[in-house]
Amino acid sequence: MTLDEFLAAVASLESTSRAHVDAAGTPAALEAARTALLGRKSGRLTELMRALPGLPADARRDAGAAVNRLKTAIEAALDDRRAALAAPAPAAPPLDRTMPPRHRGRGAKHPVTLVVEEIVEIFRELSFTVATGPEAEHDWYNFGALNFPPEHPAMDLHDTLYLAKGALLRTHTSPVQVRTLQSYPPPIRILAPGNAFRRDFFDASHAPVFMQIEGMAVDEGVSFVDLKATLTHFATRFFGTTETRFRPSYFPFTEPSAEMDVRCTICGGSGCAACKGTGWMEILGSGMIHPAVLESAGVDSETYTGWAFGMGPGRIADLRYGIPDIRFLYDSDVRFLEQFAT
Amino acid sequence: MNASHAWLESLLTVPLSAERMRELITAHCCTVDEMVRLRDDLTGIVIGRVVEAARHPDSDHLWVTKVDAGRDALLDVVCGAPNVKAGGVYPFAPVGTTLPGGLVLERRKIRGAVSNGMLCSARELALGDNHEGILELDTSAPPGTPLLDAIPLGDTRLVIDVTPNRPDLLSHAGLARELAAAVGAQMRLPPVPGALPATRAPAARAGSEIQVGGVRVRLEDADGCPRYMGAVMRDIAVGPSPAWLAERIVAVGGRSINNVVDATNYVLHELGQPVHAFDVAELGGREIVVRRARAGEQIVTLDGVSRTLDANTTVIADHDRAQAVAGVMGGAESEVTAQTTAIFIEVAHFDPVRVRRARRALNLSTDASYRFERHVDIELPPRALARVIEIVAAVAAGRVDGAPGDLYPSPHVPRTVSLRPARVAAVLGDAVPQNEIAGLLTPLGFEVEARPGTLEVTVPSWRPDVVREVDLVEEVARRRGYDTFSSELRPFRPGTVPESSLEIVSRRVRDALVARGLLEARPLPFVKGADIGFVRVANPLSENEAHLRRDLLDTLARRAEYNLARMQRDVRLFEIGAVFLPSADTLPLEELRAALIVMGHRRPPHWTETRPPDFDEWDAKGLAEEIASAAYPSAQIALGPEGEGDWLWSIVVDGARRGGVRRVTLDAPVWAAPAFGVEVTLLTVPSGFVAQPGAARYEARPAAATQHHVQYRALPDTPAAEFDLALVVPNDMPAARVEEVIRAASGDLLEHVTLFDEYRGEAVPNGFRSLAWRLTFRHPERTLRDKEVAGRREKLLRTLEGELGVRQRTS
Repeated sequence: MTLDEFLAAVASLESTSRAHVDAAGTPAALEAARTALLGRKSGRLTELMRALPGLPADARRDAGAAVNRLKTAIEAALDDRRAALAAPAPAAPPLDRTMPPRHRGRGAKHPVTLVVEEIVEIFRELSFTVATGPEAEHDWYNFGALNFPPEHPAMDLHDTLYLAKGALLRTHTSPVQVRTLQSYPPPIRILAPGNAFRRDFFDASHAPVFMQIEGMAVDEGVSFVDLKATLTHFATRFFGTTETRFRPSYFPFTEPSAEMDVRCTICGGSGCAACKGTGWMEILGSGMIHPAVLESAGVDSETYTGWAFGMGPGRIADLRYGIPDIRFLYDSDVRFLEQFAT
Repeated sequence: MNASHAWLESLLTVPLSAERMRELITAHCCTVDEMVRLRDDLTGIVIGRVVEAARHPDSDHLWVTKVDAGRDALLDVVCGAPNVKAGGVYPFAPVGTTLPGGLVLERRKIRGAVSNGMLCSARELALGDNHEGILELDTSAPPGTPLLDAIPLGDTRLVIDVTPNRPDLLSHAGLARELAAAVGAQMRLPPVPGALPATRAPAARAGSEIQVGGVRVRLEDADGCPRYMGAVMRDIAVGPSPAWLAERIVAVGGRSINNVVDATNYVLHELGQPVHAFDVAELGGREIVVRRARAGEQIVTLDGVSRTLDANTTVIADHDRAQAVAGVMGGAESEVTAQTTAIFIEVAHFDPVRVRRARRALNLSTDASYRFERHVDIELPPRALARVIEIVAAVAAGRVDGAPGDLYPSPHVPRTVSLRPARVAAVLGDAVPQNEIAGLLTPLGFEVEARPGTLEVTVPSWRPDVVREVDLVEEVARRRGYDTFSSELRPFRPGTVPESSLEIVSRRVRDALVARGLLEARPLPFVKGADIGFVRVANPLSENEAHLRRDLLDTLARRAEYNLARMQRDVRLFEIGAVFLPSADTLPLEELRAALIVMGHRRPPHWTETRPPDFDEWDAKGLAEEIASAAYPSAQIALGPEGEGDWLWSIVVDGARRGGVRRVTLDAPVWAAPAFGVEVTLLTVPSGFVAQPGAARYEARPAAATQHHVQYRALPDTPAAEFDLALVVPNDMPAARVEEVIRAASGDLLEHVTLFDEYRGEAVPNGFRSLAWRLTFRHPERTLRDKEVAGRREKLLRTLEGELGVRQRTS
């Protein structure tokens, strides 16, 4: 190889090396380019340097200078490129933090479920557990065991949907009282939420199926004072009111029977349309369990006494959430249900 | 029950306001639904005080007055009454008031003088006939006070929700008895205006037959009618009622008919005893027979309707035919009319159940049937009959012909109930001293005799509800007032009843579904089903919904359609509820299930994703798996392909089918997304008899639900090795089959297998797809060497080819 040939090779490499280096888009590609150019084994510059000793002696000096210049240039190009690759990407546009977040579809419990859960929570603190029973019920559990006199006007309050002889859709959750009393020995403290059925046509405040929640406590020495105390505690917690009122009522399965009112949550007692001007709102029916009911379930009514209550979480949901028409609870409109997402 | 405040007050020895009566009745008896002021038409009238009165310049009888009506300024009012004078107080109707006749007052000029309202006469306010001058008021109420607040004007009606156990409260006398007891006053019947000195003929009593004033009365159906009294009155002058009588009838919501009918209705409302008057001239054979109806017997009742009776109905007949349906309604034939001169007055006690059946059979409820069904005091008829006779004699002349008759074969024997003060304390929680108990019961007509440790209480005949000790305990509690009992929380023992498994599982599944973004629905369980395969409601609300659902998805689908009809494309609803399956037992088989339906956007649109993907089969499959594992936490859950058409997968839990996943076909608009449904059975609801009536069976108590606890698995402390396998699989070979072979051939060290890609197209032959799995291996104690992993991969590929003929994708 002559000096001219060598210098031509150097020039050729010099003309392509810069492009070769600058084409590397990643540190790995840059490393590959370095290897290709300066690699110890087969780098193109290395090969030129290996050719130096084969040159005529008088040419070596110029050739060496040329190849060293090229080496410096390549190394500089590599450094530049390395620096360019290491430099941060051109600044991203600033985040517009006013833009809306990403959401998932939110789930929700039914408002009636929310009310039931809240009621159950409060009673759990007083050692109550949840009991259940079937919705299709025997006549006896629904009426006979609960001291409903046959052919009595009390039956008129329970317009019943019948299934077959002796079978009906329970008109209240009170059958769970008897089923529970037959299954477990006192002391008993239970709540029984569930659907009840009446032959009522839909209107703003009536539905043929509605949620009811029953509560019952049976033990030796359980009294009307315990009933008042427990239900007042509940009302205080649930409604945030301390004012309750108990007044006589009638249910065949309790005696004495009592209706519990709380101070009207809308007007605070001054009288409004919601409380029919009385300043009180009817919240639940209750009473001391009639001895005949205990006897139906094989419980000694002389030794044991008990109290029970029942209320309608649907009505309470309407009150609590300001729902004007009970039918919203059944329509299942997603726009309605989504309002209860938590 | 409508009660008149004025009427109640007339029965009491002390005055009581309507508001106070409402409080007392509410606190001691039952709910007062409403108080209606019967003179609401006077609402706009206020107290006006005439400050100046001057003669009208252009009139010799008009006055120009300045009236203080409680406003900022005095009002100019022109008045024509001769008795107007400065300083006088009168009812004043300001401009805008509607007078009782319907006239709306306007501002007007009378002979040039402006009048801003009207000072009213009694007649203008419908308070009497006087129109000689304006009504002079004697009140210290300030001007502007509503007239109704200032002066007791007009009656107030109390609408009382009398509970079915208290028939004794269905009369003014009964309510007055409670009110009197509550305030320590007495109840007594007021004298009848115009009554003659009582000339009571004592009734003649017999068992089954008696002559009463020329009418032969025979009692054949003593079961239906345990007591029948009657009297004949002659020389009656039927005509309009006097004002006092008509007012009472109107005050309780009735309509004045004539003096005789009003007198009978008066006694019904005063004493609670329904009374019927027959025209004696219309009684065939001058005979009254109380008997069962003949099957198919016809009667035209007072309302003009012809009715067919059955043999379970008691009738009051003459010699030939039924003249009244006992306890329900009289007949048209023997109705008292303007021509009537002689009446037979019936005062009876009819059997409650008989009356109830007749009322239901005839679908005819009356004031009489309402009371008889609830029990009318069997000892009341003599007093009630005397009262009717007294009133009829006073308002319609007439004289009693002969002695009243009283057919009463088995006289009432008063019931005695023991009451232990100790039991009162046990049930009510606060002790009530024995003498206080007696003091509470006596004013209500109970007779109390003290014995050691107990009180022997004789129950008055008007209290059929008091039959056992606890009934008296209630009397003590409500007479004393429920609010007098303490409400301190006392110690209690925890209960023995474990949380219901149905409740536990419902809660778990509900939480899982809500966490996954679903909305809980509570639809009605009624569907239009078929008589085979569905449980039918015997008396449904509508034939379109005469069956109970056997699938939750059935009712949820209707709710999805409801939302589509309201332009809601994104629906994600779930329900936890009961379904009912036909069964050979009395009750249907009831199952608690959870179901969901999803359609439309999987998540809300966002600016990074304008059109989020719609829910698809795989969402449904995932939700199905997740609900099933929430419902059956420790079980093996498998979703296998099942069925055709809309059915996609069955949900198999520990080998048993527990539900499925399906496409749901809806009545949907074109823009609706496809809908997918999942339904899982959670538990069977036990509904058999727990024990015989009257017995318990504690040994049969359901066991508490077994708790599932997660078991910790050690976290790895060695690195995993993973590789991907892209396999070319025939379209008809299930991926699950390939995965099964992969698992079997990979050995113990395989940690996960994840199918992460499906590809069809270039380089994959027709009829095949490329499926890619990522396999993760880990040795619990050491790092796997590359060679070991490569070896497994080779072996796996050989097995796949050998067993399934499946090869690796090469390009």
